[in-house]
Amino acid sequence: MLDRIKEFASTFFVTGDPLIYGADVAIVMTIIAVVSVLTYFKRWKWLWSEWITTVDHKRIGIMYVIASLLMLFRGGVDALLMRTQLAMPNNDFLTPEHYNAIFTTHGVIMILFMAMPLMFGLFNLVVPLQIGARDVAFPFLNSLSFWLFFWGAMLFNMSFVIGGSPDAGWLSYPPLSGKAFSPGVGQDFYIWGIQISGIGSLMTGINFVVTILKMRAPGMKLMKMPMFTWSVLSSSLTILLAFPILTVTLALLFIDRYFGAHFFTLDGGGNPMMYINLIWMWGHPEVYIVVLPAFGIFSEVVATFSRKKLFGYKSMVFALMSIAVFSFTTWAHHFFTMGSGADVNAFFAVTTMIIAIPTGVKVFNWLFTMYRGRITFPTPMLWTMGFIPCFVVGGMTGVLLSVAPADFQFHNSYFLIAHFHQVLIGGVAFGYFAGLYYWWPKVFGFKLHEKIGKWAFWFWNIGFYVCFMPQYALGLMGMTRRVSTYGWDTGWWELNLVSTVGGFLMGIGFLFQVWQILHSIKFMERDTTGDPWGGRTLEWSIPSPAPHYNFATLPVVTGKDPWWEEKLRRERGEAPAPKPPLEPIHMPKNSGIPFIMSFCWFLAGFGLVFNWLWIAIPGFVGVAACMLAHSFNYNTDYYIPVDEIERTEAAARRAV
Amino acid sequence: MAQHTAGHGGHGDGHGHEQESHGSLKSYVAGFVLSLILTAIPLFVVLNEWLEGTAAHVVLLGSAVLQFIVQLVFFMHLREEKKPRYNLMVLLLGIAILVTIVGGSIWIMTYNKVG
Repeated sequence: MLDRIKEFASTFFVTGDPLIYGADVAIVMTIIAVVSVLTYFKRWKWLWSEWITTVDHKRIGIMYVIASLLMLFRGGVDALLMRTQLAMPNNDFLTPEHYNAIFTTHGVIMILFMAMPLMFGLFNLVVPLQIGARDVAFPFLNSLSFWLFFWGAMLFNMSFVIGGSPDAGWLSYPPLSGKAFSPGVGQDFYIWGIQISGIGSLMTGINFVVTILKMRAPGMKLMKMPMFTWSVLSSSLTILLAFPILTVTLALLFIDRYFGAHFFTLDGGGNPMMYINLIWMWGHPEVYIVVLPAFGIFSEVVATFSRKKLFGYKSMVFALMSIAVFSFTTWAHHFFTMGSGADVNAFFAVTTMIIAIPTGVKVFNWLFTMYRGRITFPTPMLWTMGFIPCFVVGGMTGVLLSVAPADFQFHNSYFLIAHFHQVLIGGVAFGYFAGLYYWWPKVFGFKLHEKIGKWAFWFWNIGFYVCFMPQYALGLMGMTRRVSTYGWDTGWWELNLVSTVGGFLMGIGFLFQVWQILHSIKFMERDTTGDPWGGRTLEWSIPSPAPHYNFATLPVVTGKDPWWEEKLRRERGEAPAPKPPLEPIHMPKNSGIPFIMSFCWFLAGFGLVFNWLWIAIPGFVGVAACMLAHSFNYNTDYYIPVDEIERTEAAARRAV
Repeated sequence: MAQHTAGHGGHGDGHGHEQESHGSLKSYVAGFVLSLILTAIPLFVVLNEWLEGTAAHVVLLGSAVLQFIVQLVFFMHLREEKKPRYNLMVLLLGIAILVTIVGGSIWIMTYNKVG
């Protein structure tokens, strides 16, 4: 019996690597610490009723942000492990197999479990406040989206210590990801982790499209919406059309692996190239999905800190929406070398170059917004300043890559690696950081320490260039992506070492950010005004943090930048419009079903990974039972009475 | 799984909740019968080998498209939507993307046939 358990454990758990054993210990210690802290302070009930079951968009947003920062840590550690391995020629810090697993999880985590949830976190924290709504359109669905993401991410991350990580690259191309070449469970973890969180992403997309189209404050016409809200609309529409493609593609891959079908294997008439074609139909729009909201954030930040209205509002809207649509017409530029012929390549090269035009329009809009503005440089603006040159260079190298004949040289080289990190870090990560710093006081009611934040910015910004500029050169010198080691004779050593130094500089930048948050919590600098930056949009018109119901009375909007205009009217001494009397506010009730249902999805996914139907079937039954239970639950809402609103508002005013 | 807005109000007050008409028994029966017919046609054509090659493809695709329209009109109530017609707009965008994706894939993959 004992032998059998031993044998089972030796295949079930990942063994043999000291790094993994270290991680095992760290995971167990963290779980023990969390459980004992919660028990010691008797916080279990609080955790359940205030957070796990919440349908409040602000709390769901906070949970998204926390989860994504933890994922940023893991993805970042993966990156530093890779850079450590590549710092010296013939290094044996990581075995090639381990290196494969690490670059795979680094990519998946950074895009799907870091960028996406951080983006959804910002959607949740900001959009309802910006459009003067009290919640999103479907609060229950919102909570379900979060927990599906959470359990999907857990399933994916588990592969690290149980069963073995996926190691076929972040997009998991067949035939390598097929059963013949990846017989282990890693690929199944990949498929189910992404599928489960992908359902959540799709639902969030639907939720925000409906929220923005249907729940804007009276008077806020589409062309009066704040630019961040526009960017969320364009991103959500893209999610709506792109994520089903991912779901179908991974489902086909699963059918290939699980039932031995031949969609993507040559024997039996399938074609692995079809997978690459399909996955990039999602993959290319996906990069626009994550970068469009960053463009929205920069637009808000630039206008606020230049104390001017955004230059070229209409062209900005046009650019956002046209990028959302055109993002669906460029996918083949990811596989120019596949051999589809000159016509196909020329067409997709041209569409790729065209999409650079609206992006260029935006850059000029931001520059003209700053022109003759009264510019100040607090941290959100610093990240924006770091972004513009970085993104311009990243965009230019993207246009270089789009030239199909030249791409035959650049393809899968470090030139490509440098390009997409430049747009993803310089565009997406810098953008979300700018947004996080900008809206942090609104979300938590206190400001982040500016000076430590500036240190963090400079470490990130300088570290970025030190890390990735050498990689352009390395790419042109012939270094291909995904190599786990190289020899002395290649001449790549110096540049790789420099690149590694830059990677660690960014790691230090991240540590500064952690320190900044902890320091700011300890020496809390309360935001009592509700409007610490001199903001322009509705979220700054209410106290920080926003009350549970957001707006005691719904604002009536007459133009763009409604809060800025309101402040101008007050300065001129005009009497504010009389507020309508308070009315009871209709709110959604908390629900535990999203958590339980997502956990059942997790069980089902886990069962399918190991082909243990005794877990998978109960998991799916649980999912169905949760759907039924919610369908017959009519007790989903309540009203906040007027006197409670008055008490809350009075308390907020006292804080002011 | 959607929010239970109809009947007892929505969350937030930014939008109206007038009950829209959701068809009659007659329209549902008509839709159901039409969709059954449109399912039966390709089934019989293929099983009985009445048509082959291009003709069969045309019939299959044609009944699929008609099926799609029947579903939209009788069950998704596309015609009854109030202005602004967001459902219609998103549908048109979706169709445009779908055509791009399917057409683009066929175009790209034509040159990648093995053998």
